[in-house]
Amino acid sequence: MERRSLSEWRDALVARRVSAAELAQAALAAAREAQPALNALISEASDDAILAAAATAQAVIGRRDASPLAGIPFAHKDLFCTRGLRTTAGSRMLDGFVPPYDATVAARLNGAGAVCIGKANMDEFAMGSSNENSHYGAVRNPWDHGRVPGGSSGGSAALVAAGAVPFATGSDTGGSVRQPAAFCGITGIKPTYGRVSRFGMIAYASSLDQAGVLARTAEDCAIVLGAMAGADPNDATCADAPVDDYRARLGDGVAGRKIGVVRELFGAGVDARVAERTREALALLERAGATLVDVSLPSLALAIPAYYVIAPAEASSNLARYDGVRYGHRAAAPADLDDLYSRTRAEGFGPETRLRILSGTYVLSSGYYDAYYRRAQQVRRLIADDFRRAHAQVDLLAGPTTPTPAFALGEKVSDPLAMYAADVNTVAVNLAGLPAISLPAGFVDGLPVGLQLVGAPFAESALFAAGHALQQASDFHLATPPGPA
Amino acid sequence: MFADWEAVIGLEVHVQLATRSKLFSGSSTAYGAEPNTQASPVDVALPGTLPVPNREAVRFAIRLGLAIDARIAPHSVYARKNYFYPDLPKGYQISQYEDPIVSAGRLAVRRDDGSEFVVPIQRAHLEEDAGKSVHDAFHGATGIDLNRAGTPLLEIVTEPALHGASDATAYLKTLHRLVRWLGVSDGNMQEGSFRCDANVSVRRRGDAKLGTRAEIKNVNSFRFVEKAIDYEIERQVRLLESGGSVVQETRLYDETRNQTRSMRSKESAHDYRYFPDPDLPPLAVTPADLERERAALPELPAARRARYVAELALGEAEADALTAERDTADYFDVVQRATNDARLSASWVIGELAAALNEHGTSVAQARVAAPAMGELLARVKDGTITAKSAKDVFAAMWAGEGTPDAIIAAKGLKRVSDDGALLAAIAGIVDANPTQVAQYRGGDDKVYTWLVGQVMKATRGKADPARVNELLRRTLDNS
Amino acid sequence: MHADPALIDHLARLSRLALDASDRERLANELPRVVALLDSLARASVEGVEPLAHPLELSVRLREDVVTEGDRSDELLALAGESQGGYYLVPRVID
Repeated sequence: MERRSLSEWRDALVARRVSAAELAQAALAAAREAQPALNALISEASDDAILAAAATAQAVIGRRDASPLAGIPFAHKDLFCTRGLRTTAGSRMLDGFVPPYDATVAARLNGAGAVCIGKANMDEFAMGSSNENSHYGAVRNPWDHGRVPGGSSGGSAALVAAGAVPFATGSDTGGSVRQPAAFCGITGIKPTYGRVSRFGMIAYASSLDQAGVLARTAEDCAIVLGAMAGADPNDATCADAPVDDYRARLGDGVAGRKIGVVRELFGAGVDARVAERTREALALLERAGATLVDVSLPSLALAIPAYYVIAPAEASSNLARYDGVRYGHRAAAPADLDDLYSRTRAEGFGPETRLRILSGTYVLSSGYYDAYYRRAQQVRRLIADDFRRAHAQVDLLAGPTTPTPAFALGEKVSDPLAMYAADVNTVAVNLAGLPAISLPAGFVDGLPVGLQLVGAPFAESALFAAGHALQQASDFHLATPPGPA
Repeated sequence: MFADWEAVIGLEVHVQLATRSKLFSGSSTAYGAEPNTQASPVDVALPGTLPVPNREAVRFAIRLGLAIDARIAPHSVYARKNYFYPDLPKGYQISQYEDPIVSAGRLAVRRDDGSEFVVPIQRAHLEEDAGKSVHDAFHGATGIDLNRAGTPLLEIVTEPALHGASDATAYLKTLHRLVRWLGVSDGNMQEGSFRCDANVSVRRRGDAKLGTRAEIKNVNSFRFVEKAIDYEIERQVRLLESGGSVVQETRLYDETRNQTRSMRSKESAHDYRYFPDPDLPPLAVTPADLERERAALPELPAARRARYVAELALGEAEADALTAERDTADYFDVVQRATNDARLSASWVIGELAAALNEHGTSVAQARVAAPAMGELLARVKDGTITAKSAKDVFAAMWAGEGTPDAIIAAKGLKRVSDDGALLAAIAGIVDANPTQVAQYRGGDDKVYTWLVGQVMKATRGKADPARVNELLRRTLDNS
Repeated sequence: MHADPALIDHLARLSRLALDASDRERLANELPRVVALLDSLARASVEGVEPLAHPLELSVRLREDVVTEGDRSDELLALAGESQGGYYLVPRVID
């Protein structure tokens, strides 16, 4: 599999240098080849399904009204329900679950002619920042197999970075698209809450979850998001607002744009060299015509505790449906109903999921609700207000996506607090429901570093345009992991 | 001993809303389907599925709120009530908790003796129903049917402001009539569309503080509610009088033994962990929404009843009977407008129509004589075309589908004999044939006169106007 | 929060999670540390701040009252561990 962007593959398909079927098979072969090293795939799509999708796409390739995704192979994060294709959410709980329906995102990408080759590994129920919380084993970073790819969309990021697929879907509840994109040296977009339907995307924390895209370039992310976004009658939180033509506005550039450099995103835990790479990338945007100003969002200091109240609280409730009765894992020979429930759930959920269910139950329980849950929602408003005030002054906000480059496998796995701290620069964006993009911004010790830009609600176009401007002025996004994938 | 005590009762009624589809999914709410055939992926809580609220259920909640002069929240909040039970597929029930759509309402209730009282309604909120468990059909197992899961309910909660079982029942009947009147529920109690829980406590008269309450769950007839509350009041008073204390608990009413008994739940510490449902942003009701619903609100039963008494000069009992159901009142209004005779219309709707409905086991909406046809029939009585007696025959023929009143009158020759010549001929015949009775009459025996009138009516097969028969018969007998 | 075993058991009971000895030990270590992190919210001055439950504060979109779902019981019951006669089965529940 040659390493090409989505747009390059599209040109090759249109010029008939490759067929959709050949391309999909090559992608699947590359993913298989990378599997022993990366463990990025949980399930492969069947040959029949791949060939059928490719044949459908092949029929429209070259037509003027064809989607730019027609015939493009990709992988779904294994959080998106795919009709007839096992969907596990990285959990033993759903090890044998074959959904009888497609997520809206899956249906839209199918409709656009993209060809799903399989389901990418992830942290169980999207809970994690390293992809070590998967029932199917840890995913490894293509840049350094001893390091994590980030999480929870780690399999998606690894497959794209390894060049197996030009894009993959992801979901982002507290940084789960942006952080693995940064760790793996690719581009990742987390859209505005409500921009993409959550129907059929297995819930972690419903008021924070948002589907996103991981790809090599901002342009590729723009193309894919354009196909995924828009109103959906099956999701009451999905916005009706019309979807911009992201691709048409890629060339808008950053001339005249004001970018606020957020002091709190360069805080004490941020590696100095990561901060330096981020500032260098911002300097490139400044050279492309943007104006940089310093801004401060003081409430971000409480984003981590607020997030780790709200997300587990919602998760504790969202995951109550996994009880062994209607689908999923069921404990053998239960003595009674409580035994069925308690053992099914203890056996089906991994340790981090169980910890978050318990902490989420704690913060909602009688006597603690006000001190934790209610207070976290108040802090959430302070954070959203801080962002709103800042966006009244500037177009985009900027900082490093992560405090450090990818850390070593096993380094934080036994210390939940250290793991939670890895999300310090990303969770606030979810609390405020804003769109954000992570862009390759250079390297520290050979490991990729990400620049995060945060937009106002529904300003995805501005993020793609800024990302495209950076990628016109740099080649970080073209760098490839060393050696065979 | 009971004279020293006052009962304090609060009622919670779960009204199933008459929507076609469920509260959060497009599944049918039809009653009685095969198990799990009306349980969609959303109702079964498959991973990734999401609730999308039903607009009609919201309208119904607003409509009820307006009918009880309540506050309708511009923003109300769906909340999750978290607990595990096999008939609750998501592991939480979507309900409303801190910010219900309807609050601070009131409902005026008439007792049987005609006195009125007002029940303060604390709140009414939207929530989804659970599924059903079947305990006896499977060996060592319980079967779960999720057809009912997600059916829309409006839970209507009074303040603890009622003081006796009969008032509680009067309130429930008034509420039952109202929800049916508004069309928000079919109110079918057998199918569980109107379910009642009663919170009962007692305190010594004059005490300001409420006593400890027991909750009586799911009583499904008005009669049993009354009996259950009476039993519970007595139980609590006896307990307190004998030095015991009331335990806050849920109790079940046993119809066969006429007593309540404790449901000893294993789950001692419920903690429902309510929080705003993150899948459902606040529910907005705009002033325009309110105006639209207000404009569509029918005249309410109490107002219609008062109007019948004040404007149409109907009696209290007639007005009650006509406003028991909206269909009846609407039927009456059509008939009354056609005849411009409220008494005649009322007597026919309450009398002949009700009897026919009863006999055929059907409802006003399904009556085989529609209101306009009934209006035509009574117009013929009013204008003297037929007698009241003939009208009953015409009505029966109409019910049997024999045609319009005029066609039936013509076909059966029921037109009133209004021709004096024919009537006089009939009278002459009777006089000739009954010389003994005529002689008795003329001899001063007035009792036989009624018999003679009857004979004339019989001879004219009821088509003669009795008043005219009377007039002509007297003249014939007295003048000869 | 102290590593109170009764509290951990209570939370596990509310969440229907069976715990073994090693789970208890791990949770007794981790849960208080997580809660200590959350306790830092006490620093926030939130007097008079309205809680924010949903980003962007949209209001919910409603659907029309139309039946759109048909009978899929065969397909859905096939996902269940145990079913019989069209019912999902659970161990006998005694009310």
